[in-house]
Amino acid sequence: MSYLEQLGNYWLFLKLLFSKPEKLRLYIQRVRDELLSIGNGSLGIVALTSIFMGAVITIQSVYNLVNPLVPLYAVGIVTRDSVILEFSPTIIMLVLAGKVGSSIASEIGTMRVTEQIDALEIIGINSSGYLVIPKLVAAVLICPFVVIISMFLAIAGGWMAGEMTGVIPSADYIKGLQDEFIPFNVLFAMIKTIVFSFLIVSISSFFGFYTKGGALEVGQSSTKAVVYSSIFILIFDYILTMLILA
Amino acid sequence: MIEVQNISKSFGKKKVLDDVSCNFTPGIVNLVIGGSGSGKTVLMKCLVGLFDSDQGSIHYDGRNFSEMNFKERRPIRQEIGMVFQGGALFDSMTVENNVSFPLRMFTGMQLDEINDRVNFCLQRVNLLNVNKLFPSELSGGMKKRVAIARAIAMNPKYLFCDEPNSGLDPKTSIVIDELIEEITEEYKMTTVVNTHDMNSVVDMGEKIIFLHQGRKWWEGTFEEILQSDNVELNNFIFASKVMQVFKRK
Repeated sequence: MSYLEQLGNYWLFLKLLFSKPEKLRLYIQRVRDELLSIGNGSLGIVALTSIFMGAVITIQSVYNLVNPLVPLYAVGIVTRDSVILEFSPTIIMLVLAGKVGSSIASEIGTMRVTEQIDALEIIGINSSGYLVIPKLVAAVLICPFVVIISMFLAIAGGWMAGEMTGVIPSADYIKGLQDEFIPFNVLFAMIKTIVFSFLIVSISSFFGFYTKGGALEVGQSSTKAVVYSSIFILIFDYILTMLILA
Repeated sequence: MIEVQNISKSFGKKKVLDDVSCNFTPGIVNLVIGGSGSGKTVLMKCLVGLFDSDQGSIHYDGRNFSEMNFKERRPIRQEIGMVFQGGALFDSMTVENNVSFPLRMFTGMQLDEINDRVNFCLQRVNLLNVNKLFPSELSGGMKKRVAIARAIAMNPKYLFCDEPNSGLDPKTSIVIDELIEEITEEYKMTTVVNTHDMNSVVDMGEKIIFLHQGRKWWEGTFEEILQSDNVELNNFIFASKVMQVFKRK
């Protein structure tokens, strides 16, 4: 299948998703389940990644700031802005593309090859809407919170690394964190997070939904879901940065 | 009654169904038989609307299913129950949630009414004390029975079973066949069963449609098969030694 054909099919798939839910109450129940699965299930890996990411940014910033004219508290500014603008919304969403994206693609792909999706269609349910919309809504709702948690943990990780290694005193780090803080950066990060959540869930669901064959193809769909989600996150990261910050 | 008129279906250049016309009668089990790749499953998927045929039409009691869109098909789909080859039970749901799923989705029934209906359907397929189990905890035969219970939960007018005996031992196969036959007679459903199980052909052969190379090759009853000189049909039916012995007797 050519890339253009695949892109066309993706748009058609998105069009299929949005129809009136058969029973709103059951959809809401599914959104609740997905919130737990996507949010709770990702916290561990997000926390670990964020703490170490913040620690590395801090130590590397100190290492690179060799000019004596630049005050040490600039490390706090660099860590804060790097985490808020790029690392938490983009790197964490790339991590989630691996974790959540592959899980969604393999779940829906397995349902396809075991005819569970056909069984939904037979009953008269819009299977794509029933399976994907709750995941989409849950991801768009929960991912901003996950990213905010990641921001706090990354900044805390930077502070811990500074303290433990003694490369930057707490007072300087905290002064840097408070210096010239631009609240809009957080809003920008949230906009990116919402767009990336949409991309991860819709792309992964698309590859899962059109899986043909058996276990091997489910694995291939899962891999494709992660690869394409990651590529589109990076492309949209650039587009959003150009549109909003440039 | 389900009327199929001149249905054809191709995948790429490969023609899987070629101008198939037939009727499926209510109150009896209509068998569709044929070798692997003869087009049985594709025909069934066209009948229930999982595939759109390239040409021809399907009428459910006079209603032209082929010309309807997804929304228009919904009322007919709610009159359809289907048992898939592998059961197609929802992995993430318990047995009772699998059976109650269509009821929760499309009826305004209260929880206790739904529970009563679920228990009735499970009892009807002779399954007791499995309500809280997940599909992964069931045997092949139990999965098929849960699939039948889910298919009859909405009191369907039309029941489709795609190779309900595949992967089952002969004794369990007979139990499933008898169950399908009993339910069909009891609820006066139009039942269509795809099979290449000869036991089913002998036991339920009131109306048999034989597909060969995507075409309807032959139609009749099991008694008529025994008299038929159709070469392809005879090659298919009497391929096994057991059936050859049966014919000689």
